[in-house]
Amino acid sequence: MTTLNSRIPEGPIKDKWTLYKDKINLVNPANKRNIDIIVIGTGLAGGSAAATLAELGYNVKAFAYQDSPRRAHSIAAQGGINAAKNYMGDGDSNYRLFYDTVKGGDYRSREANVYRLAEVSGNIIDQCVAQGVPFARDYGGLLDNRSFGGVLVSRTFYAKGQTGQQLLLGAYSAMNRQIARGKIEMFNRHEMLDVVKIDGKARGIIARNLITGEIERHSAHAVVVATGGYGNVYFLSTNAMGSNATAAWKIHKKGAYFANPCFTQIHPTCIPRSGDYQSKLTLMSESLRNDGRIWVPAKIEDAKAIQQGKLKPIQIAEENRDYYLERRYPAFGNLVPRDVASRAAKERCDAGFGVNATGEAVYLDFASAIKRYGTEQAKIHGIHNPSVEKITELGEAVIEEKYGNLFQMYEKIIDENPYKTPMMIYPATHYTMGGIWVDYNLMTTVPGLYCIGEANFSDHGANRLGASALMQGLADGYFVLPYTIGDYLADDIRTGKISTDGPEFDAAEKEIKDKLDFFINNKGTHSVDYFHKKLGLVMWNKVGMARNEKHLKEAIKEIQEIREDFWKNVKVPGSLYEFNQELEKAGRVADFLELGELFAKDALEREESCGGHFREEHITDDGEAKRDDVNFAYVAAWEYTGKPSEAILHKEELEFKDIELKTRSYK
Amino acid sequence: MNLTLKIWRQKGPQDKGQMVEYKVTDISEHMSFLEMMDVLNESLVAKNEEPIAFDHDCREGICGMCSLQINGEPHGPDRGITTCQLHMRMFKDGDTIYIEPFRANAFPVIKDLVVDRMSFERIQQAGGYISVNTSGNTQDANSIPIPKHNADLSMDAAACIGCGACVASCKNSSAMLFVAAKVSQFALLPQGKIEATDRVKNMVAQMDLEGFGNCTNTGACEIECPKGISIENIARLNREYLTASI
Repeated sequence: MTTLNSRIPEGPIKDKWTLYKDKINLVNPANKRNIDIIVIGTGLAGGSAAATLAELGYNVKAFAYQDSPRRAHSIAAQGGINAAKNYMGDGDSNYRLFYDTVKGGDYRSREANVYRLAEVSGNIIDQCVAQGVPFARDYGGLLDNRSFGGVLVSRTFYAKGQTGQQLLLGAYSAMNRQIARGKIEMFNRHEMLDVVKIDGKARGIIARNLITGEIERHSAHAVVVATGGYGNVYFLSTNAMGSNATAAWKIHKKGAYFANPCFTQIHPTCIPRSGDYQSKLTLMSESLRNDGRIWVPAKIEDAKAIQQGKLKPIQIAEENRDYYLERRYPAFGNLVPRDVASRAAKERCDAGFGVNATGEAVYLDFASAIKRYGTEQAKIHGIHNPSVEKITELGEAVIEEKYGNLFQMYEKIIDENPYKTPMMIYPATHYTMGGIWVDYNLMTTVPGLYCIGEANFSDHGANRLGASALMQGLADGYFVLPYTIGDYLADDIRTGKISTDGPEFDAAEKEIKDKLDFFINNKGTHSVDYFHKKLGLVMWNKVGMARNEKHLKEAIKEIQEIREDFWKNVKVPGSLYEFNQELEKAGRVADFLELGELFAKDALEREESCGGHFREEHITDDGEAKRDDVNFAYVAAWEYTGKPSEAILHKEELEFKDIELKTRSYK
Repeated sequence: MNLTLKIWRQKGPQDKGQMVEYKVTDISEHMSFLEMMDVLNESLVAKNEEPIAFDHDCREGICGMCSLQINGEPHGPDRGITTCQLHMRMFKDGDTIYIEPFRANAFPVIKDLVVDRMSFERIQQAGGYISVNTSGNTQDANSIPIPKHNADLSMDAAACIGCGACVASCKNSSAMLFVAAKVSQFALLPQGKIEATDRVKNMVAQMDLEGFGNCTNTGACEIECPKGISIENIARLNREYLTASI
């Protein structure tokens, strides 16, 4: 059995990374040319890692299921990226970013990893500017910042509402430079279906060419998994349709421990669902909470009238509105962290105050901001006694400049003008803090197998703060993994090319082929989506924003039943050796059906409320989450033994030496 | 609403392909266009027929994967959006909708409505980057101030999602707007100026090699572009190319 060794370096937290880098094993440039690395997934983490590893001299093979690395779902990140630059002079520092992230994560992340993340954050911005990322600037030509939830400083850099897109295009352009040089071999429209281990080490993968359907073998000296999160286990989420957990789940089955699967982020500001045909949910960036105020009607009769379409929000007077976040959390107001904001919305809607036909929506209102900005602009432009219309016009222009693309997106989906009437929002699954367990080197429990970005568990604890996902993805890919992987590969300089002819590749390929053949030949009764939607409903209703023992036990049983039904009755049309999107989905849903069970099991085992994990049995007198540091200050790392129900729990105890464990308060 | 769909079906790159008619019923106006396609595909799977292959991923208008020619227009009748953001409220009960893949020699069909856009990848690889290593040994991000106006214009150009609607809308199948967007993004920033000459020459050469047509200034690309990329970028591309050539 593998022992859990997090390999945290010695020394004071501020010096750990520097001292560690000084002593780490390196591979000399001539030897790097003889070493191959496979990178699976080419979003921010995978794309930046692939580019940097190739620059260092390694031979990189990169895999993406889309037709281009530029289409990975990192591209959809809207609001921004955090960095402790303190350009605003508002008291920011590496320590403060570290502190905010650990606190925001409800003290369930590893201190040393988070400090390193904060330490390299500033460098990410330097790097991206050098690459030509067009961040927002002020009139003096310097970089602009904004605020995100859960912090008291402005440290978020942004490129309109398309920060993820611009950062990904930066990493993509760095990749393109290496593809052109032949240092990255890019496999677009390929899906990794299994990892191959030889003598206990990760030595390659089995992948399917999604155009021809052919099953391919690829070998390497190390394998890096950067395939994002598993939010689509809920069927409906803000993830892309293709986002999946297959790579992560497959390596879990081959020996990589899966950590804290129940830590999932339900994002407070998404566009509410409209019908059963709904295929995905759309996020409205958290940056909107800088200027938007969240409210529901204070009177239940007003809420009912709105639900029946008899009353409009703008008809409700100021004193009859309940700005519940400002009321409950005066210090942070509308900028409380995501888990807190989501639960507060659910609480109001469960109490009957929801504002659309389904009763599952709250308002996000920009009227005050429009007025405030309009008045300010009138002063700047020297307009005396401006009319209400002029103020509104000027204010709306400022809002458009800041959030234009989001407002347009909203209007296209809901068919209402959010400049004139408040937006309707509701929480939706967005990000998964849990993921593959990794040590300080970002290596999994399988030697030579690494996991970076959202796919690993390490930096966000039980809740991720806004604008930290982009930071972590790029930190892992540009600045951490390229160093730490050398420590392992230094022992591999004499290994030579890895053959793909051995029995290990034969066995892995056969297993994959058999399963794909099964899908094609099963001729069942229901489509893949039918099962995925059923799973999603169980996950949302019983393993969603609020969880309890009874529901979790029911969920485990129901997921097992859906899985059994799936393997009997799933129907996949077409054939193996062709472009077959139903077949792709079948494999992904098969893995979600196992992961979902482990997720519920982990939630059941964690008898505390922390971050995104809210157990109804564990609350304070005023309804807030009640953490249990005596019994649960650990990372739950699960070992696969054949069935999710029989997974073995390993605990990595978390030590907090530099931050005092405190109740998280945003009041 | 009830609709008649005429959809391009093509087994593979070598297959001839043809329009096939389908009927869909009880379509809600709140559905997105691709959700309507999902409903159709579910019904095809139920009837043991092969569902229609189409590209899509983020379904929020940013990944650039979706690529349908709807009633002769890339991304359909609405403006400033991708196919996945198109909603059924743009159509009326009883309508007939024609759905085809993006058409261009440089975008061969893979299957049904899915096309191969690797030509765009190769253009980017020819010079769509700044040659700076990602090791982090760069100067402070604020050491070179950039006028807000230029940074904003650069961002407007960088908003391109690489979907290929510009090519599909152009009677010449020209990729000028796509190439111009990337060239402009870098040409407007001090960091991008250093390699500007080689970049524009190499990217244009690759564009020609891929078989894209030339620009005759019809402006269709700007109208159909889901991100509103302005053809002023093409003017900038031409200036950059001319400057680089003399």
